[in-house]
Amino acid sequence: MNTEILGIIFMYGLLLLLAIPLGRYIGKIFNYEQTWLDRIFNPLDKLFYKLGGINPDKQMNWKQHLVALLIINLCWFLICMFVLTNMSWLPLNPDGNPSMSGDLAFNTAVSFVTNTNLQHYSGESGLSYMGQLTLMLWQFISAATGIAICAVVFNAMKERTTDVLGNFYSYFVRSATRILLPLAFVVGVILLFNGTPMTMEGKDTMVTLQGDTVQVSRGPVAAFVAIKQLGTNGGGFYGPNSAHPLENTNYLTNIAQTVSIILIPMAMIFALGYVLKRRKLAWTIFGVMTIGFLFLLIPSVVSEMNGNPAIAKMGIMQQLGSMEGKEVRFGPAASAYWAINTTVTSNGSVNAMHDSMTAPTGMFTLLGMMINCFYGGVGVGFLNFYIFIILAVFVSGLMVGRTPEFLGKKIEAREMKIAMLIALLHPFLILTGTAIASHLYAHDPAAYAGWLNNPGYHGFSEMLYEFTSSSANNGSGFEGLGDNTPFWNIACGLVMIIARYIPIIGPVAIAGILANKKYIPEGAGTLKTDTGTFGIMTFAVIFIVAALSFFPALALGPIAEYFGMK
Amino acid sequence: MKSNIAPAIRLTLVCAVFFSGIYTMVFLGIAKLAPNKGRGEVISSNGKTYYANIGQKFTEDRYFWSRPSAVGYNAAGAGGSNKGPSNADYLKDVAARIDTFLVHNPGVDKSSIPSDLVTASGSGLDPDISVQAARIQIKRIAAIRKLNEANLDEIITANTKKPLIGLFGTERINVLQLNIALDKLSNH
Repeated sequence: MNTEILGIIFMYGLLLLLAIPLGRYIGKIFNYEQTWLDRIFNPLDKLFYKLGGINPDKQMNWKQHLVALLIINLCWFLICMFVLTNMSWLPLNPDGNPSMSGDLAFNTAVSFVTNTNLQHYSGESGLSYMGQLTLMLWQFISAATGIAICAVVFNAMKERTTDVLGNFYSYFVRSATRILLPLAFVVGVILLFNGTPMTMEGKDTMVTLQGDTVQVSRGPVAAFVAIKQLGTNGGGFYGPNSAHPLENTNYLTNIAQTVSIILIPMAMIFALGYVLKRRKLAWTIFGVMTIGFLFLLIPSVVSEMNGNPAIAKMGIMQQLGSMEGKEVRFGPAASAYWAINTTVTSNGSVNAMHDSMTAPTGMFTLLGMMINCFYGGVGVGFLNFYIFIILAVFVSGLMVGRTPEFLGKKIEAREMKIAMLIALLHPFLILTGTAIASHLYAHDPAAYAGWLNNPGYHGFSEMLYEFTSSSANNGSGFEGLGDNTPFWNIACGLVMIIARYIPIIGPVAIAGILANKKYIPEGAGTLKTDTGTFGIMTFAVIFIVAALSFFPALALGPIAEYFGMK
Repeated sequence: MKSNIAPAIRLTLVCAVFFSGIYTMVFLGIAKLAPNKGRGEVISSNGKTYYANIGQKFTEDRYFWSRPSAVGYNAAGAGGSNKGPSNADYLKDVAARIDTFLVHNPGVDKSSIPSDLVTASGSGLDPDISVQAARIQIKRIAAIRKLNEANLDEIITANTKKPLIGLFGTERINVLQLNIALDKLSNH
């Protein structure tokens, strides 16, 4: 069998093999059960609480959780703005890189605090090492924010009536130290021993074999890349992200990184099964997500391996597949696999340039972000899926004429309104943003046409992709878009803020309200949510929402490009 | 609400010290044991050192060419072309690359040119080419360097990196290592 295909099958198998036990471990962390790492982490966490002035036993209701989350995130934003606009004189700047302009710093600070990692700069020339290490901090703690708030929702889904749901800071610290830190350590060491740099020295000069003099950017890359992948952050140390041969040196590091992208998002589903003691529900959710994932993955891999039809017409063999924007050490299959992994989760790192991929792959990466809950970002991926479960419960309840119930709690008008608003927010942000950008472009091409690196349908896709990526808190891009302008920096920054916090607030509110309701034990009349039928129902709701919202926009972009090339 | 401000600031500072500071220092410590002490893998030849993973520009006819690069192999500002597959200007660039290749490699059949030789890589620093991309250059190099084609075939085979444990991923050749071997072969 083709070794490229075997490679991606192996990556998925390894992922599943690791995600199941990791899910159980995460479940134990959420439940405050003992684990074999307690010896190290109990004292460490106590130190965090003591120095942070936190009482980890203080119980919070859902509103208090959200207030704690929003305030600490605001604090990160302010610190990040300060560092990014003052890098030029702050220490750890061996390459003498400049500070960021206000609008670029706003975009970057929002981007990293919201776990998006959209980058309108290039790492090797746009950041000092101080800047890089600051962004790495958000890669840890913005991911921990997502995991912590997901723990709150899991807690709220338990079979009881309560208004208190644990302590936010405690969930947050435990997520950072007990889940992210040990995994980042293991992945970082693998990268380091495969030639990824980890040094505070600046650029080096080398004379090539042919006699050219070139400068080589280095830096503390290994530590950065590990957490970039595990926390579904995705912001690269270097401009071309994990396509850069120092950021992703060989096929082994590519496996380690690809598995890291989706490991925690997948494990969260199994953690849910553990926390609620409902394995079957977890497997149902896993099944829906996996089927969706495969629907996006398979055609993308096929399309990239078949190559670019326009180049085939010139008489060039496409047996190596579409290679524009790709690296030989990964090949088209592993690049397409990565592209789908990174867009269904809200990771956004790339090992090949998405802008240069064939039209179908462009569409499926967009769809991955538009749906944004097939595995999804760490923690928040499940929150997005939770919204669709609520919708599916309600729709099925209406269809069979029963009161809609989920895990023993009645779903009523208030919860449904919140769920509907959240489900429609994402298309609203994407389509409105793209419409405004397209209007500017069409209205005044002299001022705005310089944005696009590609004409026609593909140019439209570049703008659509940028807003989709911002709203999905993904961070990848059709990087041909000249996006370091005040319009893109500010528009994408605003979209990222809204698309991060509203879809956290909504599901937490629903879960909090439901937790407070009377628990009704399952009876003969209860609609079962852990069956294949309900899985199909959820899938249908996701499909309908996505198709109705996004088909017209996709038809103008990648679909038109595809048929234009026939 | 106010009661959250002080813990937020204090906890952030603790996290900064731990995740930006201590975590980084631990890795810098471990890096001392890694290849080239964590400063990036290098290879030495004839008293000169090169970064093994950073692709180099090879455009002279006497060397195996590396892939086209959107940034001219600038390792301090890497990047891809980000050209879309249907972009007419881009397709002209590809056609021009094909023509250039055919001019420098007379007698090569156009349909046997592999796609990696006429497309720019994602990083602009791709250190590798495919095996087909190396083989198709044998004729040109053998003629210029007055070497036996069979010997060139041998160094290509010797420098081919198999898929990981023979099962996963692509076959590839590091162009720099291949060209170092080529120089050695010529000096014999």
